[in-house]
Amino acid sequence: MPKRIFITGYGIISCIGSNIPENLNSLMRSAPGTGPLLHVDTILRDEVLVGEVPKTHQELFELAGVAPVEGYSRNALLGIIAATEASAHGRLGENTGLKTGLISATTVGGMDRCELFYKDFLENDSRNIYIDSYDCADSTEKIAARLGIHDFVTTISTACSSAANAIMLGARLIRNGRLDRALVGGCESLTKFHLNGFNALKILDKEPCKPFDQHRAGINLGEGAAYLVIESEESMLKTRNTPLCELAGWGNACEAYHQTASSPDGEGAFMAMKAALEMSGLKPADIDYINAHGTGTDNNDLSEGRAIERLFGDRIPKVSSTKPFTGHTTSAAGSTEAILSVFCLLYQVIWPNLNFTERISELGFTPVEKLLTGIPVNAVMSNSFGFGGNDTSLIFRKVNASNANNVNNADNADNANNAGNAGNAENIEN
Amino acid sequence: MNNIYINGSGNVSPQATTDNRHFLENPLSFEVRRLKCIDPDYKRFIPAEQIRRMGRIIRMGIAASKLCLEDAGFGAAAVSAGEFVPDAIITGTGLGCVEETEKFLTSMIRNKEEFLTPTAFIQSTHNTVAGQIALMLKCHGYNFTYVHRGVSFESALTDAMTQMQLGEISNALVGGSDELTANSFAITSRLGLWKQNPVNTFNLLNDHQRGSVAGEGSAFFFLEDHQTACSQAILNGVTMFLNPSSPQEISSRVRDFLAVHQLNPGDIDLVLMGLNGDPRTDILYHDLVESDFPLTSLGYFKNLSGEYHTASAFATWLAAMMLKTQTVPEVIQINKPPARLEKVLIYNHFQGKNHAFILLSRP
Repeated sequence: MPKRIFITGYGIISCIGSNIPENLNSLMRSAPGTGPLLHVDTILRDEVLVGEVPKTHQELFELAGVAPVEGYSRNALLGIIAATEASAHGRLGENTGLKTGLISATTVGGMDRCELFYKDFLENDSRNIYIDSYDCADSTEKIAARLGIHDFVTTISTACSSAANAIMLGARLIRNGRLDRALVGGCESLTKFHLNGFNALKILDKEPCKPFDQHRAGINLGEGAAYLVIESEESMLKTRNTPLCELAGWGNACEAYHQTASSPDGEGAFMAMKAALEMSGLKPADIDYINAHGTGTDNNDLSEGRAIERLFGDRIPKVSSTKPFTGHTTSAAGSTEAILSVFCLLYQVIWPNLNFTERISELGFTPVEKLLTGIPVNAVMSNSFGFGGNDTSLIFRKVNASNANNVNNADNADNANNAGNAGNAENIEN
Repeated sequence: MNNIYINGSGNVSPQATTDNRHFLENPLSFEVRRLKCIDPDYKRFIPAEQIRRMGRIIRMGIAASKLCLEDAGFGAAAVSAGEFVPDAIITGTGLGCVEETEKFLTSMIRNKEEFLTPTAFIQSTHNTVAGQIALMLKCHGYNFTYVHRGVSFESALTDAMTQMQLGEISNALVGGSDELTANSFAITSRLGLWKQNPVNTFNLLNDHQRGSVAGEGSAFFFLEDHQTACSQAILNGVTMFLNPSSPQEISSRVRDFLAVHQLNPGDIDLVLMGLNGDPRTDILYHDLVESDFPLTSLGYFKNLSGEYHTASAFATWLAAMMLKTQTVPEVIQINKPPARLEKVLIYNHFQGKNHAFILLSRP
């Protein structure tokens, strides 16, 4: 029997909050975080609506607990903030005898500084310290240095599925014994570079994005970072961590259809979801909720919707995209939405798909429109798809008495509350 | 667990390496600060109308991956027709598609964000090489790209081996690619990575200037869970670590790694080292030789490939070809070549920060 993988810690920063309790609170109030762009100097400022973390570079230094020195990209600071929260929650600093890895995801890396200083890079020595912070590995190594992780440290870049893939790789390395536990996730900051790239692709919406809506008009890009601590049962016996939930299945497929677009019938999405479901041993009917990739583009939502219909037939689970809350945080989206999915299992809620008004005519289902509370949620599927048709699906399952086996007394919500008095669903609603 | 075999390889590099029937027969020396790849005839691998629109690293990656599959015994016609599909495509790259990234960035800065077209942006993402190979081969399998400096290729190897060990896949196309542009060379020169004056690459280790000679390349490998007539080497294992605290830590890491494979340092026939001519960081190789491999045959390879994030992919090709042909080219020898060649250990580090060991043996 393959090793089971459990999530025992998490940390997040996004436009709806700088930590776990703040993010949960915004979600419970159905309060999105998108708005005008403030911290990137671009002519697109009035053309886009974004999910920007409402902090200056200076404020991020403070949150990260890093002395403000040269050489830190916004991306690295976001990563350090979320990774430090997750690490503290999952007690990575203790039990140092365990084999611990860090797998982080990013795509634009330190481009936020590079695009400011590129001219200097070419012409003079004034910004040399930022040259090394340009690449994708820089934020990962700064996190590793901060948390003292040396054993296995790597960075994944598969565009918008990157962070989901980081979770998947961590799980595999634990399963075959190379690691006991891992800090997995991703970070991405808004940059002029990818704002302009997506704008050139003509897939940005000026208004709040409307995933799964007939009149959807594109993406609101976002930024942030999110990390999870995952470990095996053997590791939990040493760390005495209690699981937030189990990572029950994962699947990855490549459409090989087009460099950026998804196929109309969502073949890659279908294959990834099916593989994740098969690994989890769950039936389609066991999935209570799908946290969809749902970017708000014509192409993604139709193709993902068709794949969902094909896999789930006439029993489609509750579906929503949480990108109207957070924006599309690209390489951090997979782990951001993994955490939002874990919340659903912990607090028995399902997040609404904000801004929805009209069903996509080619699809037979509509997403969840209002926050659902007090609803049984035992298994959640989270989808992340990227350029190159790189599709990943993850399944998270609640740990309860019937499937706990050797798992430490699983009082999930207690552990969640330890993360910072997030409180329970009722309290936050009131 | 069955062995994992390297059953084919394709290598686009600054040397004549695109035909494995002629293994380093005429190594080339240069008087330079940077080495450039010899472009193969891309028309053989890529439809002519697509070549023009493709970034150079993408062309290099496609050529190397197709050469690799042909070398593994899949006919050129079948590979081109997409009749052979690997279970997974896993790549590593330190900096990804630098040329396309620069193109989009420069145009954005120069034109103050006006008149931008998406082509360069689309091709700027690091996973473009793996994605384009999948498109060419019509491969729907697992598709991954690692972007971690000096261990990008090692991460890809680790992933492939992990999935093969878990029985999730039975083969994988794994590669490492990096391209060097004029701008990226100029920018990294500011950091003191490269020698100030040109050096004769065959004299790389005797040059006392700081820095190394910059390089680039793309090497792909076809890994399978069984031996074939094309098998070059067994890939026994790979391990990587970050920022070791001392030479003693590196020594204990190599001993731990070898112990996993029931080996001692004395069992290794040849250590292939990433010596790059920079005295500041080459000392780490010398320290390890002194502590663990004082009597072992030693080799190096950056006189052929230059220094870049995925240079260890070139080293892996070199090691696999040496094991297959049972020859140790004179150009890579540091001391007396071994009497027998059964086990090769690659030790490479990037700027003393990212370290990795790769162990290969004769099939």
